[in-house]
Amino acid sequence: MNKVSRRWFLTATAATTLSVTVAGCGNSGSSSTSPTGNVDFWMLQDPTNTVSQAEVDSFNKGGKGRVTMTVIATDGYKDKLRTAMGSAKMPGMFFNWGGGSLDDYVKAGKLVELDGMLGTHFLPSALEAGKVDDKLVGIPCRGTQPVFLFYNKKVFTDAGVQPPKTYADLQNLVKVFKGKDITPFALAGSASSSWTELMWLEYLVDRIGGPGVFWRIQDGDWSKWSDPAVLRAAGMIKDLVDSGAFGKNFGSVNYGSGGTSTLLNKGKAAMVLMGSWEYATQQGEAPDFAKNGLGYVPFPSVEGGKGDAKNVVGNPTNYISVTTSAAEDTAAEFLKTTYSDAYVQGLIEKGEVPVTTNAGQLLAKAPDPAYAKFQYDLVQNAPTFTQSWDQALGLTLGTPLLTEIQKLFNGQSSPQQFVSAVLAIKK
Amino acid sequence: MSTHRVRDRAAPPALERPGVVWALPGLLFFLVFAVAPMAGVLYLSFTHWDGLSSPQFTGAENWSRFFGDSQVWQSTLVTGVLLVGNIVVQAPVSILLGVWSAGHQRNRAVLSAVFFLPLLLSTAATAIMWRQLLDPNFGLPSKVAWLFGTNPLGTQKGGIACLVLVTSWQFVPFHSLLYQGAARAIPHTLYQAAAIDGAGRVRQFFHITLPQLRNTTITSTIFMVVGGLTAFDIVLLLTNGGPGTDTSILPFSMYQTAFRTYDYGYASAIASFLLLLATAASVLLTKLSGFDKMTSTLEGL
Repeated sequence: MNKVSRRWFLTATAATTLSVTVAGCGNSGSSSTSPTGNVDFWMLQDPTNTVSQAEVDSFNKGGKGRVTMTVIATDGYKDKLRTAMGSAKMPGMFFNWGGGSLDDYVKAGKLVELDGMLGTHFLPSALEAGKVDDKLVGIPCRGTQPVFLFYNKKVFTDAGVQPPKTYADLQNLVKVFKGKDITPFALAGSASSSWTELMWLEYLVDRIGGPGVFWRIQDGDWSKWSDPAVLRAAGMIKDLVDSGAFGKNFGSVNYGSGGTSTLLNKGKAAMVLMGSWEYATQQGEAPDFAKNGLGYVPFPSVEGGKGDAKNVVGNPTNYISVTTSAAEDTAAEFLKTTYSDAYVQGLIEKGEVPVTTNAGQLLAKAPDPAYAKFQYDLVQNAPTFTQSWDQALGLTLGTPLLTEIQKLFNGQSSPQQFVSAVLAIKK
Repeated sequence: MSTHRVRDRAAPPALERPGVVWALPGLLFFLVFAVAPMAGVLYLSFTHWDGLSSPQFTGAENWSRFFGDSQVWQSTLVTGVLLVGNIVVQAPVSILLGVWSAGHQRNRAVLSAVFFLPLLLSTAATAIMWRQLLDPNFGLPSKVAWLFGTNPLGTQKGGIACLVLVTSWQFVPFHSLLYQGAARAIPHTLYQAAAIDGAGRVRQFFHITLPQLRNTTITSTIFMVVGGLTAFDIVLLLTNGGPGTDTSILPFSMYQTAFRTYDYGYASAIASFLLLLATAASVLLTKLSGFDKMTSTLEGL
């Protein structure tokens, strides 16, 4: 009965999407048993695909087995992957976000533990999210994406103020910009963008209680949400919202073009807390502003907090994992290309800041070396790099968490209600 | 039902109803693509399934969680509010527009064609266009705040109002089309007789047009109810269930549970409930309206 209903369900919901993507791979696709050792490799669609494709092409010339790269659009990538992983058409290697997103796959016995020697080529803080239960199951394959404060230089010059170094500075700036009818912080609070609200909570909890608070939650102690640091951070968020730090309309603003990024480059908002990809977004929408008007500083310190002001949150990087359906020798051999000079340099030329140990000396070739160096130093000097909570927890826990955070920002729940609602997510 | 019997009974061809065999292809399709998946969903609602390993039977666990889940009841309420809101807004507008466009003047044909344009757009395009128009910082609300309020999509009432507005904008043309056809089919003799009796346009509308449109009204309302219960794309693209979970309707909750949190068991429970709700609504509507009797509005003519 189990098998029958499961097949029914798969047929009904996913067969169409699957057959399209799998058919696209041609014959060389899921041939895990083939003697040539071919591996199907799922990659997320973005500008660095050309760099990955070049690696794949040169690898295939080496004759150690073939890798076929399938590029899949961002929208629905996780759903497609999930469906494929539960079926016989599982890819051999796939792009992912590390952390909790890999937990389920490890538990279901779908992933292969990777050789620890591979890990020595990467910055340790970035490798962390590629491990599940201390076993290496993901190898970094992209740049690092720390979160920090972006600001509009012109708006700051006009107001005669400096970017915030401490939380008190930040509160003061809220008053200054409100007085000038400029939204102090652009915030994307629509239901599909609540991950931008999460960033505030991540940083405040880190600064107040240190990174240990969330690490314990991530390690399975869900009761740690009752840590006083979480409640205090939630209270600070309520105060920020009430004082108009995010303006009045944030509840239906989206991230990106036409949303927070436009508010920032048009000078309607002074600052935005965002991941390092904001630079690329601005470059796409307002190249001049990205080059001359966009400023960036680390998240300010919080007076009296336990957390080091150098701590960073965000996405350490993205990862490649290997499944049990892959020809292991081919996959292991291919993973070595992720720290080759050619690949690292290719990423840098696309504006990424790779987390390989050899990236530092290659950064001079970045399109904006100052920005690349700022990021590299931020990550290099950070005592800890906490992965975005929703990624670290996985979607099962992360999705309801995002909903509760949105309610907190919208004033639908008080800080106390927020804490008890989050505690109730996992009983 | 064997074919022999059908052949026997089919002897006097004009009088007998067609045999069940005629329904077989449709029935088979229905069994394979509707009944079987439904049974599958019902079974899944008693399991815990993450989509990776095999489903594990957990008994009534999902259902006891379901009945204690305030979010589900809120979603049911929002679904109901949207449903009623849509009917209340769309039905009168569609009837008036449909009856008006049933006339024959030249300008009506041109204007009707313009009114029917939204019907040609996909919901995705419609939702994205309205999202831009309703943007609080760069859209209409920033220009004409007195009409929209500062941030229509940022509150529950505003969100629901926007959903009703956009759905109506898209589907009023469809229902008007139904009414247009029906209004054109009303015999002219009725109006001529009424005019001789001295009835004005308003009286004619209420005493002839509206009663004659009864069956169309029922059909159109059933479409609205069924469409309302399964509306999903517009919510996903316009509000994404937000702000918070304020405009999260049942199909959206189901999607969120199944494909965002990968809790297929619980999502199946929501789906089963939705199925029950839709069936009940449809049965109730047919019973109450006497649609199953299919009496003619032209009796006596």
